[in-house]
Amino acid sequence: MQKATIQLETLTCPSCMQKIEGAVKSLDGIDTDSLNVSFNSSKVKLNFDDEKVSIKDIENAIDKVGYEVKKSTVRPA
Amino acid sequence: MQRAILKSKNQITLVSGILIVIAFISKLAFNNLDIFTWALVIASIIGVAPIAIQAYQALRVKVVSIDVLVTIAVLGAFLIQNFEESAIVTFLFLFGAYLELRTLNKTRSAIKELTEMAPESALKQMENGEFEEVEVDEVDVGDILLVKTGAKVPVDGTVLSGEGHINEASITGESLPVTKKKNSGVFAGTILENGTIQIVADRVGEDTTFGKIIELVEEAQDSKSEAERFIDRFSKWYTPAVLVLSAIVWLISRDIELAITILVLGCPGALVIGVPVSNVAGIGNGARHGVLLKGSEVIRDFSRLDTMVFDKTGTLTIGNPEVAEVETYTDTNEDILAYLSSVEKESDHPLAKAVVDYIGETKAYTVDKTDVVKGGGIVAEVDGHRVAVGNVALMEEENVALNEKMRKDIERFEKNGNSLVLTSVDGELKVLMGIRDQIRPGVREDLQRLKKLGVKNLVVLSGDNQGTVDLVAKELGLTEAHGHMLPEDKSAYIKKLQDEGQIVAFVGDGVNDSPSLALAQIGIAMGSGTDVAIETSDVVLMNSDFSRLPHALGLTKSIASNMLQNIIIAVGVVLVLLASVFFSDWMNMSIGMLVHEGSILVVIINGMRLLRYKLR
Repeated sequence: MQKATIQLETLTCPSCMQKIEGAVKSLDGIDTDSLNVSFNSSKVKLNFDDEKVSIKDIENAIDKVGYEVKKSTVRPA
Repeated sequence: MQRAILKSKNQITLVSGILIVIAFISKLAFNNLDIFTWALVIASIIGVAPIAIQAYQALRVKVVSIDVLVTIAVLGAFLIQNFEESAIVTFLFLFGAYLELRTLNKTRSAIKELTEMAPESALKQMENGEFEEVEVDEVDVGDILLVKTGAKVPVDGTVLSGEGHINEASITGESLPVTKKKNSGVFAGTILENGTIQIVADRVGEDTTFGKIIELVEEAQDSKSEAERFIDRFSKWYTPAVLVLSAIVWLISRDIELAITILVLGCPGALVIGVPVSNVAGIGNGARHGVLLKGSEVIRDFSRLDTMVFDKTGTLTIGNPEVAEVETYTDTNEDILAYLSSVEKESDHPLAKAVVDYIGETKAYTVDKTDVVKGGGIVAEVDGHRVAVGNVALMEEENVALNEKMRKDIERFEKNGNSLVLTSVDGELKVLMGIRDQIRPGVREDLQRLKKLGVKNLVVLSGDNQGTVDLVAKELGLTEAHGHMLPEDKSAYIKKLQDEGQIVAFVGDGVNDSPSLALAQIGIAMGSGTDVAIETSDVVLMNSDFSRLPHALGLTKSIASNMLQNIIIAVGVVLVLLASVFFSDWMNMSIGMLVHEGSILVVIINGMRLLRYKLR
């Protein structure tokens, strides 16, 4: 398991969070309980299984629903 | 293509606004309906493009977002050829989003200031011994780093060589520079004001004290209260419900105009944004004033506080005992004090330290045959005399005779809340000292402010004797005082208050009072930016500054009422809009969108007031 912190562009509407949550949850290998999209700090935190999904996949999924990823850090959970 | 459209949202908003103005000028001034219609059609099409893209992205992950409602509404207006409505609604929606972003950034500014203080680069010693600039993420524990004048300390570490003055305001809130030399600890995010130092990294990244503070604040600003979680759940079903409602209305009434108006009016904007906005602005204000609030549950509890319980030593008092009263029973004072000081220097008892500090520089005698009497004091031979230093019990053991005046003095000193240190030389009492802890300056006024803010009971609990505790309570105007309390007695007392239904805050030092800190609804640790204080408490006072307590309490009260105001505004607006669509004839899509966007701005601006909150 890896722990990722993804910094996004500034989020402005709380419904953005639902979109991002939905997009990330639809991927395989995501620990959905750990998924946390923070509105005010515009960050996504989650644990994921790096054998099933890569941080790039997660970034792409977020990008596809229209939010720019600024920076992400991954550490062993 | 999608990306390009979303990126140029601001330009699209501007163009669509200009087109709408052109349309109305050509209609009203020149009565040219062709230009009017075409300008509006173009404005609608370019305006709806970014909204429709967002709606599509949302639907793909099975979310019915506001964008979906607006897109359908605009398409509907287009279908019935009401281009005026479709153009104005898209413009207002885009323009509103732009204003929201601008104002939201303001409410988040205080916390942004804090995170921007985080160090970004470091001068790291490479294998060849040279220092090279690297990103702070590349620093590992054990690396040797160079910090130059004016630079930020990149990580928590220990000084290896060099000397300098460091401004630690970012950690302790205290802006007076602190001297650092070899073996001093330094903190990430503090600024070296002069000198050059080399440090070895002890903790890096999120493990540093500063990293923890930032993480704490970031988590706090996004933590959700129960009410907020309810709103979240509610809004997940609310938007699809609006969609269904409008479909039903359309099926029954066959009135597309009415159906799409409901779509626009039903947008839940102000409700979902109102509470987080108050939260972030309030927590930001706290961070600026040296008060870290750990989230919205803490804010809610703190704002409704009934009883505040204080530890005495180190919280209400400085925690550093000092000699407060002295009586001497001899003429040759100087020698006696020199004896006393020499003996006390042998001891590491806190009272001994106070005595040595009080006497200051004296002649130093060699001390022989030192005998520490447990629970009594010290007996030793100095300069050929038998010197005993300790409490009344030790004097009795040494057969020291006490006359009437001495007994009276002892009684008086005890009544004043002193711990006693008696000194006898060759079996005669020479000096009596009363030592007590000093009350922190300003605490009395701060406690009065807390009372004014509506705290019903102010209680002190202490391990000290009841007399001392009563005295402190009387001096400070506390409502209750209990002495002889062990840490477990304190937590039992708090439990008792809670069982009575009270909301209790405990203010104590982070180490020995952790059970009480954890048990109380609001634990407030007085430890200057130490890990323990940050982790165990719900509210962290930077630099142990007691005077920030009233600000913290007043602030949480303001945040709580600000949230309530925002909820009332949001719900009120939706109710009024829905009522007027059914019961009045002036309501249409454009007005609905205007009121809707307006209400979002009103709650954001209302939340922003918290940034400027000051006690009185």
